[in-house]
Amino acid sequence: MLIVDHISKAYAGGPPVVADYTFEVADGEFFTVVGPSGAGKTTALRCLSGLMPVSSGSIIFDDVPVTRPLREIAVVFQDYARSLFPWYSVARNVELPLRASGVGRAEARARVLEALDSVGLAGDAGKHPWQLSGGMQQRVAIARAIAYRPRLLIMDEPFASVDAQTRADLEDLLLRVRQETRMTVLFVTHDVDEAVYLSDRVAIVTRAPSRIAEIVPIGLPVPRDQISTKELPEFGHLRGHVFGRIRAMVHGTELV
Amino acid sequence: MRRLRPVLLGLAGLIVAALTWVIGTTAAQNVFFPTPQTVLSRAAGYWTSPEGRANFASSLGNLLLGLLLAAVIGVAAGLVIGSVRLLSLAVSPWVEFARSIPSTALIPVAFLIFGLGDSMKLFLITLGSLWPILLNTIAGLRGIDQTLLDTAAVYRLSLGSRIRHVIVPAVAPRIATGIRIAIPISLILVVTSELVGSSEGIGFVIVDAQATFKLVDMWSGIVLLGLLGFLLTWLFGLLERRLLRWTPAQREPS
Repeated sequence: MLIVDHISKAYAGGPPVVADYTFEVADGEFFTVVGPSGAGKTTALRCLSGLMPVSSGSIIFDDVPVTRPLREIAVVFQDYARSLFPWYSVARNVELPLRASGVGRAEARARVLEALDSVGLAGDAGKHPWQLSGGMQQRVAIARAIAYRPRLLIMDEPFASVDAQTRADLEDLLLRVRQETRMTVLFVTHDVDEAVYLSDRVAIVTRAPSRIAEIVPIGLPVPRDQISTKELPEFGHLRGHVFGRIRAMVHGTELV
Repeated sequence: MRRLRPVLLGLAGLIVAALTWVIGTTAAQNVFFPTPQTVLSRAAGYWTSPEGRANFASSLGNLLLGLLLAAVIGVAAGLVIGSVRLLSLAVSPWVEFARSIPSTALIPVAFLIFGLGDSMKLFLITLGSLWPILLNTIAGLRGIDQTLLDTAAVYRLSLGSRIRHVIVPAVAPRIATGIRIAIPISLILVVTSELVGSSEGIGFVIVDAQATFKLVDMWSGIVLLGLLGFLLTWLFGLLERRLLRWTPAQREPS
């Protein structure tokens, strides 16, 4: 369970970027933070990953304060091209965190193969990341995260730089992997459709200083499907509701 | 054919240059400018004799050892200076100043401290080659992508594995650039340090031959230096391509 308790973040001497976020994410839940661009989502996420200290408030994951990166947390960044190590092969990229955390050679190898297999890259283990397409590179980053077997997977706009078809494929891949591993997922996006399609709950955040405007439960049936789920009237209502709130914010600030 | 074209054109340029050299010197019949045939045959004779080999070995040894020392010191110091922001702020003004001093100006100083011999030469070569390697290492460290460092932090890589798996490979292309710049500098300093008060090395052979008016020998030393510089750069290029296959500049499309 992730407990985020009144966290705020301001950079030295500046106004707060993240203001007073409070929410809890249950074990196995898919929780998404959605908001307009420039809403401090990435800042919030760096705090939640333990990469950056908060200015006030606290983040607790399974009774442990998140003040630095925890073994139970993995992160998939938006920019796959810069989060993979170009000097290592795909397999080595996936293996490195395992070996660094003390997993033995034989077990690490087995987990690497299993993870690559589950993202459909079993045949590309020996390639280098830059020999793969963008979508495939992001799948390597996902494989690296799942081989690490975190209890919480944090994802920062992971599908923002791939084309629409690849994006839909990756979304479904993520839902399947999450089903198999029972990981808790904390997802950040500015894409409303994506947020509603993937999540159990969606937190709508405002522009900086970013606050949580509303947390919307997404009661859509599982498993989700790119076509049938998105045809449901309920999907349309939820999408319309979230979209409306974000549009009001964007226009609100533009008029000021 | 398209891939062969640059090679063929390069070859053609080389042949034209060589022909110009042959024809020009043959027509001029000037003692100061011997024909390449005489220079090359003398070079082949002298630089394979025991004396020539010893002189060549002395220069090459100093050059390689000096470069190696510069690389070790430059990379180690660069990594330390680049990692500590305050240190890099404090150090950069005087590094900029120090590297603006032509290393040849320090020959008298090196002379005073080390006297004649290899240590004085090594000091100069190392010092002159150090700056590009040091500065490139610092710049490379500063240019490391934040996402890479975040990734290393998220997966809790220890300082040791962070340096080994992330920092050194990420900075390696810049280190290579530094060394590539340092190679011609080290060659210049090898020769300059041998021109003054030395009794061995290629530079000594050139200046000695000039003093005794053995102009063909003098030219043979000059040609050998050109060849040495070319070979070193070429070999280093091969090594770079092999070790840094993953950098955008070296990638071959799959």
